[in-house]
Amino acid sequence: MKTFFRLSALVRPWFWWMALAALTAFAATGSGIGLLLTAAWLIAKAALQPPLAALQIGIVGVRFFGIARGVLRYFERLIAHNTTFKILANLRLWFYDAIEPLAPARLMQFKSADLLQRIVDDIGSLENIYTRVLAPPVTAILTSLLMWFLLGFWSRDAALLLLLFHLLAGIGIPLLSTLLSRGNSSGILRQQALQQVLAVDFAMGVGELQLTGNIQKHLDLLEAAEREKLRLERKNALGDGMHEALTGLLMNGAVIAVLSAVMPLVESGQTSGIALSIVTLAVMASFEAILPLPASARHLEADIHAGKRLFEILDAAPEVITPDDPRAIPEEMTIEARNLSFTYPGSSIQALDKVSFTIPQGSHTAIVGPSGSGKSTLTSLLMRFWNCSEGELSLGGENINRFHPEELRRHISLVSQKTYIFATTIRENLLLAKPEATEAQIASALQSAGLGHFQSRLDEFTGQHGMQLSGGERQRIAIARAMLQDAPIVILDEATANLDPLTEVEIIRAMEEFTQNKTLITITHRLQAMEHYNTIIVLKNGHIAEQGTHKELLSRKGVYCRMNMLSRIAKTS
Amino acid sequence: MNRDRRLFGLIRENRTPFVLSFLSGALAGLMMIGQAFSLSTAINAAFILHKPLSALKEPIALFALFSVIRMLLTWAGHTEANRGTLQIRKKIFSRLAATVARRGPLLARSMQSGKLSLTMQKGVGALDAYFSQFVPQLFLAVAIPVLILIAVFPTDLISGIILLVTAPLIPVFMALIGKRAGALTDRQWESLSRMSGYFLDMLQGMTTLKIFARSRIQHDAIREAGENFRAATMKVLKIAFLSSLTLELVGTIGTALIAVGIGVRLLSGSMAFQSALFVLILTPDFYLPLRQLGQKFHAGMEGESAAKDIFAILEDESPEPRNGTATPERKSVQSLPISYLNVSYSYPRSSTQALKAATCCIPAGTTTAIIGPSGSGKSTLLSMILRFADPDSGTISIGTDPLESFSIEAWQKLISWVPQHPFLFNETLRENILMANPEASLEELQRAIVFSGLEGVAAGLPQGLDTPIGEEGARLSGGEAQRVALARAFIKDSPILVLDEPTSHTDPELEASLSASIKTLMENRTTIIIAHRLETVRNAGHIIMLQDGAVMHSGTHEEMVRINPFYQKALAAGEDQPS
Repeated sequence: MKTFFRLSALVRPWFWWMALAALTAFAATGSGIGLLLTAAWLIAKAALQPPLAALQIGIVGVRFFGIARGVLRYFERLIAHNTTFKILANLRLWFYDAIEPLAPARLMQFKSADLLQRIVDDIGSLENIYTRVLAPPVTAILTSLLMWFLLGFWSRDAALLLLLFHLLAGIGIPLLSTLLSRGNSSGILRQQALQQVLAVDFAMGVGELQLTGNIQKHLDLLEAAEREKLRLERKNALGDGMHEALTGLLMNGAVIAVLSAVMPLVESGQTSGIALSIVTLAVMASFEAILPLPASARHLEADIHAGKRLFEILDAAPEVITPDDPRAIPEEMTIEARNLSFTYPGSSIQALDKVSFTIPQGSHTAIVGPSGSGKSTLTSLLMRFWNCSEGELSLGGENINRFHPEELRRHISLVSQKTYIFATTIRENLLLAKPEATEAQIASALQSAGLGHFQSRLDEFTGQHGMQLSGGERQRIAIARAMLQDAPIVILDEATANLDPLTEVEIIRAMEEFTQNKTLITITHRLQAMEHYNTIIVLKNGHIAEQGTHKELLSRKGVYCRMNMLSRIAKTS
Repeated sequence: MNRDRRLFGLIRENRTPFVLSFLSGALAGLMMIGQAFSLSTAINAAFILHKPLSALKEPIALFALFSVIRMLLTWAGHTEANRGTLQIRKKIFSRLAATVARRGPLLARSMQSGKLSLTMQKGVGALDAYFSQFVPQLFLAVAIPVLILIAVFPTDLISGIILLVTAPLIPVFMALIGKRAGALTDRQWESLSRMSGYFLDMLQGMTTLKIFARSRIQHDAIREAGENFRAATMKVLKIAFLSSLTLELVGTIGTALIAVGIGVRLLSGSMAFQSALFVLILTPDFYLPLRQLGQKFHAGMEGESAAKDIFAILEDESPEPRNGTATPERKSVQSLPISYLNVSYSYPRSSTQALKAATCCIPAGTTTAIIGPSGSGKSTLLSMILRFADPDSGTISIGTDPLESFSIEAWQKLISWVPQHPFLFNETLRENILMANPEASLEELQRAIVFSGLEGVAAGLPQGLDTPIGEEGARLSGGEAQRVALARAFIKDSPILVLDEPTSHTDPELEASLSASIKTLMENRTTIIIAHRLETVRNAGHIIMLQDGAVMHSGTHEEMVRINPFYQKALAAGEDQPS
């Protein structure tokens, strides 16, 4: 229930639009009732053979209602769709604004594209909350009221009886079908999730399955999951078929009930016999408004599910909070870590354990160490993706928590190994780093990143996840972006690991030139050109194993010296 | 309306439930006419004939009886249509899965990532509405109006003619507008999915947006995109909805025409009240199934577009894998060389040849390194040995037996495969290794784990070897996945080993220990390895150099150094950079 209220709060800004759409829908249904009602009046009256003039009003009535119904339906559709699109656009914005502060720390578990896709699907299913969940009951209630007044004109009993049948069809049947299918929907969802996992495993791992002789076994599992899903869906469908049939039965029951309430009145002469045909047709027409209600109930259930999942994500507290009174970034930008420790939530191992170092402004530092030694965690802390668990990280003597996180990030260019390329043009992807960049600046950044030939391809689309480009090209775009951003601090996190050796040499040279007067932090496991760095920090298992220049570390004959030897052996044997 | 014949073919295959559903629908239509008749009789008796209430019991009871039978028939119609639909879905799903199993990884690779599993998962489900709603409605939209016409014509000729004239208008309009509306809805769906694709893109790239401090500003871009989408779609819908307006008007104006016509004839006394009421009650029901068909039109279109994806996989034009019957003997496989003779291959829907008349020999019991720039056909060469693809022309034989003479399954039993990006299944680490040899003893498993350097990895997982890994479980890194693949190869212990050498993604210390393991694994096996590291190439007994799908040179390292300038150049690039 709480989820429902939170969801309806989201659509409240469109209350008047929704009200307008609901009223138009009601007017259209009302015209449908009016059409049949006047038609019935017309023939009943005509059967009494009055002068033609007496029928005029009926003739005008059927024409009017006939046209009104179509036209009103048209406008109702337009208004409802317009409202739906507005709601959908707003839901996306709302979700984006809510999730933005949570990224990336609280979204770690959503690494997989499938999970994000599920979120987008959830939002998509909420778009119908108005047309499918909120609007039908409103129209139904208004129609019920209209019929109450219409029938009440002849007989209070008839009005009461019809109301009873409306309630049975509008509330009783949805309740019944919810009861019958209880647990079914969640069972289907469970089977779907299981089947999705199996289908992905099957489609992606079919080579491994063939080679290990497991293909038949997996095929059987997959089909068993499909069978179970279909079995549950069949149960659901039985219920669905039942409620449509039952609603039809209730409509006919209502006709009989209302007729038996009105007939004695006709027999006793209290009411004209004309009423008989009028109420019959009006009662039949009124059920049009009741028919969509069982589906409404089902959509409500699905929407609440989707809403719950979304709120679950959004209710997480953000990792990083912008200070109330952010300090300006100082001119002098020495980076200093004091007893820095960090543990990822849910992990028992410290990613960083009391790490201390100083990186003076304009110096070049390499951070090396095996994978899992905590190198990239350092970047995440410096970028304020996470907060340090203990100790302090400062920039120009000021704790980095005191700055506005966005302001801080503007002063750091980061090229990481995992580059994300947006599905837009190459130019848009570059401008992300500096929206106001000139053509000349773009050209020179591309040139330095070894992408000079992209100059003429700037307006080409990169495709989903930049798939139109090769891995090396994507990486070089990331490098060009960093160059465009032109921040005083540059972090290269395994930035050239995916490039072929020849390109790598070229890019490293361009980077050296580019970072001449900047603070450079290179994170790498490949020991190349190490003597160019002022300081090398060797990380192992979250703490600093060694620290010094290339020469110092070699002469120490420790971890670094061993790594250096191994990497040379791997190259030349 | 150009309905997909292949979908109707599926109905023909599962005829019974659909025939039963149609039959129930038609009978329910008859009941509906019975209801109209008994109801008009009752009202006529009370209103015109002024009969006492007791005399009305019979027609009202009849009306109730017809109602109940109609309800049961409607329900039966639903249930049968649903039964047939589920039969079709089950069949299609099995066929899809079997196709994927038979075609192997090349099929998955030829499609957009995730598209294959999505089609299996959601595409088959999207057929549901088509068969359970659209198809029965299509039948009812013909059957019910015809039944009503048969009932109305003898009762009142003029009303019958009005119905007959207006009824075809609806399908004609639908056909006229349907095509256009179809194109419009297609466009609308396309832009809808583009819009949600855009949004997904923003969510996935959120970290990158943050790096450039652009994540909050992106709010405006998303709003603008949403607004543009709404405006564009509404423009389309304004026209698209005109079609349904026309449909609606044909129905309501038809009703009005009949009512007025009947009224005038009643007035002149040329018609009885009961017939008039009978016709009037049936009139809305005459147009209703046609209108409902319009509402289910969308379900129909969605089903057809889903069917397109499904049939694209089922009717894939690439040739069937050539599956022989012979079982290769482990012993002979161990000692016989594998030879490629004029082997050519092009990937489906690709105009360039991935292999061009490649001829080479892979000696038994030693390591053959395959080198060449990316796109030169290295993995294609491996796919052939793995039997993921068959040559378009030329033959691959082991000794003198062509590979095609063997059963694919039996042949694959003799090969281990360590790909560049091994796939980890959504199972425990133990199951992921043991899948290569379920009969392996605990001891063998332990040795495989030690051998592939997975001890540390297993120890670091919350439930050790029994921790679920893969998509939903703990995620292993690329290097760790490769070690799982090595463990699989070790435990399978097959005479042929096919490797795509891991590029240096891990750190040197680990790399050194891994390549030592690989070296042990290669001993005394016929090994084919796509080599990235110089050391591997130097240690190989035989080297094949590919360029543009053709074998440029082959021989030992020393031979290649001596005669091949390209090889020399490639060597130079791999040397340590000047420092």
